[in-house]
Amino acid sequence: MPATPPEELKNPAEERALFRARAGVAAALVVAALAGVAGRAAYLQIHKYQHFATRSQDNRVRVVAVPPPRGLIYDRNGVAVAVNLPSYRLELTPSEVGRRMDAARWNALLDRLSQWVEIPEADRGRFHRERLRKRPFQPITLRFNLSDEEVARFAVHQYAFPGVQVVARLGRHYPRAGATVHSVGYVGRISEKELQALEEPQNYSGSSHIGKTGVEKYHEALLHGRAGLQHVEINAQGRVLRVLDEEPPEPGADLLLSLDMGLQAVAEQALGAHTGAVVAIEPSTGDVLALVSKPTYDPNAFVNGISAQAYRALLTDPDRPLFNRALAGRYPPGSTIKPFMGLAGLQMGVITPEKTIWAGPYFKLPNSKRKYRDWKRGGHGKVNLHKSIVQSCDVYFYDLAYRMGIDRIHDFLSAFGFGHRLGIDATGESPGLLPSRSWKQGARGVAWFPGDTVNVGIGQGFLLATPLQLASAAATIATRGKRFRPRLVRAVRRPGSSEFEPLAPEPLPPVVLRDPVYWDVIVEAMKDVTRKRNGTAWRIGRDAPYTIAAKTGTAQVFGLKENQKYDPSKLHRRLHDHALFIAFAPAEDPQIAVAVVVEHGGHGGSAAGPVARAVMDYHLLGRLPAPAAPAGEAVVARR
Amino acid sequence: MRPFEQALHHGVENPLLRVARLDWPLFVAVLLVAGLGLLVLYSASGGDLGLVKRQSLRLLLGLGLLLAVAQVPADRLRLWSPWIYSAGLLLLVWVDVAGVIGKGAQRWLDLGVIRFQPSEIMKLGVPMMVAWYFADRPLPPRLRELAVAALMVVVPAALIARQPDLGTAVLVGAAGVFVIFLAGVGWRLIAALGALGLGAAPVLWHFMHDYQRRRVLTLLDPESDPMGAGYHIIQSEIAIGSGGLYGKGWTNGTQSQLDFLPERSTDFIFAVFGEEFGFLGVLALLVLYGFIVLRGLYIATQAQDTYARLLAGALSLSFFVYCFVNMGMVSGILPVVGVPLPLISYGGTSMVTLMTAFGMLMSIHSHRRLLAR
Repeated sequence: MPATPPEELKNPAEERALFRARAGVAAALVVAALAGVAGRAAYLQIHKYQHFATRSQDNRVRVVAVPPPRGLIYDRNGVAVAVNLPSYRLELTPSEVGRRMDAARWNALLDRLSQWVEIPEADRGRFHRERLRKRPFQPITLRFNLSDEEVARFAVHQYAFPGVQVVARLGRHYPRAGATVHSVGYVGRISEKELQALEEPQNYSGSSHIGKTGVEKYHEALLHGRAGLQHVEINAQGRVLRVLDEEPPEPGADLLLSLDMGLQAVAEQALGAHTGAVVAIEPSTGDVLALVSKPTYDPNAFVNGISAQAYRALLTDPDRPLFNRALAGRYPPGSTIKPFMGLAGLQMGVITPEKTIWAGPYFKLPNSKRKYRDWKRGGHGKVNLHKSIVQSCDVYFYDLAYRMGIDRIHDFLSAFGFGHRLGIDATGESPGLLPSRSWKQGARGVAWFPGDTVNVGIGQGFLLATPLQLASAAATIATRGKRFRPRLVRAVRRPGSSEFEPLAPEPLPPVVLRDPVYWDVIVEAMKDVTRKRNGTAWRIGRDAPYTIAAKTGTAQVFGLKENQKYDPSKLHRRLHDHALFIAFAPAEDPQIAVAVVVEHGGHGGSAAGPVARAVMDYHLLGRLPAPAAPAGEAVVARR
Repeated sequence: MRPFEQALHHGVENPLLRVARLDWPLFVAVLLVAGLGLLVLYSASGGDLGLVKRQSLRLLLGLGLLLAVAQVPADRLRLWSPWIYSAGLLLLVWVDVAGVIGKGAQRWLDLGVIRFQPSEIMKLGVPMMVAWYFADRPLPPRLRELAVAALMVVVPAALIARQPDLGTAVLVGAAGVFVIFLAGVGWRLIAALGALGLGAAPVLWHFMHDYQRRRVLTLLDPESDPMGAGYHIIQSEIAIGSGGLYGKGWTNGTQSQLDFLPERSTDFIFAVFGEEFGFLGVLALLVLYGFIVLRGLYIATQAQDTYARLLAGALSLSFFVYCFVNMGMVSGILPVVGVPLPLISYGGTSMVTLMTAFGMLMSIHSHRRLLAR
């Protein structure tokens, strides 16, 4: 009961009427307010329906890129050299492991896992970093590249590790490892910089790897393929729930290389323990049959990121395995330049095939005391062009070069590809160095001296060529001037096609001589290099069932003083001369042109020649040369 | 005799009604909404039958409570009113002093076995108390009585606002204010208070917490912070809007099924409803809610004493306010406050309060004396 009695009497009828009036007002307000909600609903659901329907669709549907499988690479005989292999990763999805996890519990779990699959400290650190950064339903990779044994061991104990699974992903693998690293190259994880340089970054949105070197990089556009699209339904956390529709990716094209892995192996083996390079070219097409740079390294280590330690070891290796000698190695061509010098002299009319000179022990420029020595102490006596090539007479070419002058030499050698990148379909090709008056003035700031020209005459001085250029130039003599762009890929199998479609050889501007007979003069001389007893490579050709046209060369690494004598026994190995050899065979119908550089190998004929012979034998005869003749036979060191 | 009085007589004749003391139209409407609620809840929870089962159990318990309260004559409720109010007030003070921190605010009282919110009691306690105060006084009330009534409302509302739980404070305050309004306070006073309220808005703004200010600002421009404060309201508008006229169909709402909609089985369940059942579904729900409120007001007009009248009216209008505040918030015309959608949102606390209130309405309707006092 109320604490204080009413002071006035209540009037029930009046109060009731008052209440009804108020209730009526309230009811009206209620109806109005509900109508307001209805109006709001009508505005959202009818007036702005299209707008919200679109936004709802945008919310739930996401377009996801599906990476295309990368094209495979085969050698010319169909031997796989770059393949996609499933590699096993151990992944953990935190949301499926448990809710109340902390660092200590995660570590305990990793410890338990380590009983079966070792998880190194570095991977643990990465796991903890990713765990804090990623959403709990996103899987985190605990280990890459599980071995079959590890996969099997984990499979047995998987029941004890909910949320941990072995996942197979396609990864690039190079079964020939080092044999293809300097030609095919390798892929690696896409870097931020590469991503920005892409013309069509959306095509890579699902891809993790990109060609980093070699054919893998040069033919990236062919190999990569086109990313597919998936319209997937996602929830608010971005987790994919189901695929609504799909546009499948278009796989990358498969490539058929011009390389012959058998030949490649023969060349590598023939080089033995030496560092150096071998390039073999099919003269009629430009097909690169072998491309060897030794030492090699394993490209597979680079695919998923090489450890800093292993990379440092490669970088600091004194033999520089990362250096692609075949394409980027710049060597003084030495006497291998002489056939080209001879052609130049004939073309310019500075010499004739018959013209002879007296070649003494040295050459002297007029009004100069500087002696340019011949390798043969007593000199060669009376020589013509033919004899000068066969015996590799230096004095003849000192004289010839001096008379032609550097400008004319530059222009003529340039037509063979010296001083230019030939445009091989790989990366890292060097243009070498074809010196000229203007080059020296620009690069060195010093005028060209006649003595510089004299040195160029025997392939020394400023002239530098790559093994690829030497092989290509040899092939140009073999084809009597026809030139082709050297290529590593000869056929392409595009997606959807079952056949490899051969690519047409790409001609380069040919070398045209005044009189084609000059070609024969030089080829005959090169044949006699291996055929004649006094040829510098007589040992290379004497038991060959086919004729070899060749030229030996020796490149000085260590500059000798004018009167010093080269004595290998007194010099460190790294200061020994490089041995060079160019050849093509059979001389009448050339199938293969070879350039060999054996670093610090000494004499071209004895160190580089056998390598070229092995390569030519394997290619032409399908077998290796018979074991070398016993060392008892006295051989005069010839250059 | 008027038609409703005839119906009344029939009602009393009905033995079942006499035993259960139920108002069938109201009861059926409540059951309809609650049933619809379970259906939506099943969809909103992503097909979690366990959750639906738990809610069904609460609904059953709530109906039991409704039935029990319906048996208590309104006169007895009136006698209990000051005691319930005082107990609620004491508990609020206790919470203020010793309440445990829950969700960043002191709302819960830990009784060892159960934790509950004393503010929930005041949703019923305040209107009961004010109705009790006006029951034997002549109406419309005079200024002094109004002041006393206002104090009865403001003290608990202020205590709740201090927790801080502005949403509940407003609801509790509203329940009390409805009693005062229905008691017949003069229109001029109402207008004056309204003006005062508008003038006090900046002062109120000054005393608001940051999160409360943010909610108001977010209402004005949700897109200003789409991933933060605006996220709830943007997603719920997308859900409702994309439902269109007919809706996406039960359990087919992408906004709700794919987790874009936050709190979709509790405060934002109206958005699930709008998305899956469309504008037509929303209209149907509004009609049901409107029917319940109007039926409650009708019961109030039929009540025979001041206490019953005021209480029934205030409870009906409170129910309306719960509906309106929730739907207004979810559809983006009111700021975000944590108010569940009556009879549909998942949760037990509001179910207890609501069912008790409906029980009181039924009791008021079924315990009328046939002769006016």
